[in-house]
Amino acid sequence: MLTTFRRELVISLRALAFFSILLGVLYPLLVTGISQLAFSRQANGSLVYRDGKPIASTLVGQPFTSPRYFWGRPSAISAVDPDPKPDASAIPEPILSSGSNLGPSNPDLHKAIADRIAVLRAADPGNLRPIPIDLVTASASGLDPHISPAAARYQLPRVARARGMTQVELDALVDAHIESRLFGLFGEPIVDVVRLNIALDERDHRP
Amino acid sequence: MTGNALAQVGVFLALLVLFARPLGGYIAKVAKGERHRLSFALYPIERLALRALGLSSDPGHPPNEMTWKRYAASVLIVSGVGIVLLVVLQLAQGSLPLNPHEVGAPTFGVSLNTAVSFVTNTNWQTYAGESSLSPLTQMLGLATQNFLSAATGIAVLFALIRGFSKSRSDTIGNFWVDFVRVTVHVLLPLAFILALILVTQGVVQTFDTPAHVTTLEGSHQTLALGPVASQVAIKQLGTNGGGYFNVNSAHPLENPNALSNLLQCLAILLIPAALCFTFGHLVSDRRQGRALIIAMFAVFVPFTLATVAAEQTANPRLDPVALDTAPSELQPGGNMEGKEARFGITDSALWATATTAASNGSVNAMHDSMTPLGGLFPMVLMQLGEVIFGGVGSGLYGLIVFAILAVFAAGLMVGRTPEYLGKKIEVREMQMASLAILLPAAMVLCGTALAVMVPEGRAATANPGAHGFSEILYALSSGANNNGSAFGGLTANGDFFAHLQSLAMLVGRFGVLVPVLAIAGSLAKKQAIPASTGTLPTHGPLFIGLLVGVVLLVGALTFIPSLALGPIVEHLQLHTPGGILP
Repeated sequence: MLTTFRRELVISLRALAFFSILLGVLYPLLVTGISQLAFSRQANGSLVYRDGKPIASTLVGQPFTSPRYFWGRPSAISAVDPDPKPDASAIPEPILSSGSNLGPSNPDLHKAIADRIAVLRAADPGNLRPIPIDLVTASASGLDPHISPAAARYQLPRVARARGMTQVELDALVDAHIESRLFGLFGEPIVDVVRLNIALDERDHRP
Repeated sequence: MTGNALAQVGVFLALLVLFARPLGGYIAKVAKGERHRLSFALYPIERLALRALGLSSDPGHPPNEMTWKRYAASVLIVSGVGIVLLVVLQLAQGSLPLNPHEVGAPTFGVSLNTAVSFVTNTNWQTYAGESSLSPLTQMLGLATQNFLSAATGIAVLFALIRGFSKSRSDTIGNFWVDFVRVTVHVLLPLAFILALILVTQGVVQTFDTPAHVTTLEGSHQTLALGPVASQVAIKQLGTNGGGYFNVNSAHPLENPNALSNLLQCLAILLIPAALCFTFGHLVSDRRQGRALIIAMFAVFVPFTLATVAAEQTANPRLDPVALDTAPSELQPGGNMEGKEARFGITDSALWATATTAASNGSVNAMHDSMTPLGGLFPMVLMQLGEVIFGGVGSGLYGLIVFAILAVFAAGLMVGRTPEYLGKKIEVREMQMASLAILLPAAMVLCGTALAVMVPEGRAATANPGAHGFSEILYALSSGANNNGSAFGGLTANGDFFAHLQSLAMLVGRFGVLVPVLAIAGSLAKKQAIPASTGTLPTHGPLFIGLLVGVVLLVGALTFIPSLALGPIVEHLQLHTPGGILP
């Protein structure tokens, strides 16, 4: 009995050692090696650069507050680093992704949504159209870069006014940024707010 | 429900069968040690692994077969050693390399919980991925156990199937051989392929430091990166579910678009579905495997559609005039709190049922923010014992336990000794089957009762009222059935919940696994008896109906009272005009 136990214990230790190397080291290293060689942009966070400096990951949302930008999904977290501490040399902690986890019957949820409705209304008092639900509900990750096409169109009047564009011009730009469903079937039609706002900035900076 | 939702679910399931059928045949070859198309590349790794374990790698002298007790001892020892090493790795991570954010050791309770969680194939995330575990811990510890816990489940399934296919035998195969073969021939190649495809879609895979971005409005954004794709691939394929990031597959760098979502969602169900076909191959009657997968679909499809419908419903407590919640080609509408825009309602609801039907537990939406009924269906899928797809290996051996119960019930009705696949089902099998069904269920209910009685349990809830109770019930249903998903608001990293869940996960894993091996040992000893006119055929609609009925009835009798206190009462409160909310 004891020898059986000892024998199995030895095999277990050898198994864990061998597979830790194969699966815990070699497998991720090989995947990383191939990814870095063949798909380095995607493997490193799909970053976009302006003047050589990273200004966004096209996959990660940024909080927008200026009326000149389209706004993204509300977030239960702060999707940017906290203000730099006095000791500016410290490496900032990466942002911890999170949803609100507020249940449907939680009065805090109802209040948060009512507050967001008020903010949107205040930013564009003339716009009395119903607000698409995705524009007032917190995303799952807190880092959602997308909104629905309806949520983008709802914001047309405000952004057009702030940028001095006509709504028709702006609508064409939004239309060009609508990504349809995969094979016309999977996922949802979406607009990448980060890309759309980059396109807006580029348009305004054109000589 | 929208037409698109129906089409998505339909095409998704068709794709699942399309991939699962050939994979099932392939896994059958692996179980029997036969050569296959990838043998030239993988067989050398298998031999190397066997040699590293100190076992014979000579095909002429394979390692000795084991009795069920020996097989169970091997499983328990490798799991126990895995838990100890994983706890040590976490407690020591502060002084180990590959720790760019210099994260220290989690508490002992959290380390133990995480270790048990990954070794039992639960992958309940008490830790907050990107901020509390170093990349070294994630890779060396968690990713390795993602493979090994999955391989263990499939190995035990092979042993159970041998109980049916062997006659007058004391042994049910060699655990280490099964364990090595499944890891090397099935999990490793599949994970490798899926990881690379995911990288092309934008899932990050790097050992570099975090990315720093200066946003358009001039703020700074520090984004955690890491070897994510390699871990996500196995977390889905092995029904593990533990994510690299805190929000798991809702994180845009873990699941960036509709294609990565489709592939990950297929990967969740792929091996559990394929194993049904493997089962048919191994008992030399493919109809038997088909019957079991049809039974799984018969539960899965209505649950999925019901969840989609529930989530497509607007929250009645929100301002119906100010908000537009109707689904259209321009917006998902419905209940978008805790969901990503790219997944909308349908992909989030489909994922929620897939991840809870399979004991995966990864999420692409926050289940805590789902409507009461949208949260109820995933919770019930776990409470059914994780047998509708279930964990890799463990789901099918769980369903076979229910099949044994079903033929027993049928035998009682007509007064014959029940048989399944040519083996008589007798006292020993029924005792063990009852244990395997009752232990996790008892753990869920007793654990929930305990948690709501003590202040530490009640204080952990994030939402008031009935929803808070749902959070606790969901947590125990998830832990004791080795799922791992959560109503994420629950603060489960205190000592009380960390230890309670550790216990629940151990009961849910080994309280089923050991009785299943005992059944395998008992069946293998028996002589197969040929089917007669009085034998209940176990591949026809009558048996499928009986099996589904038994699964649903056991689940309903056990859990309806507790569900009434949580999601059902919350649903009624929400939808009663003027109904009192917490």
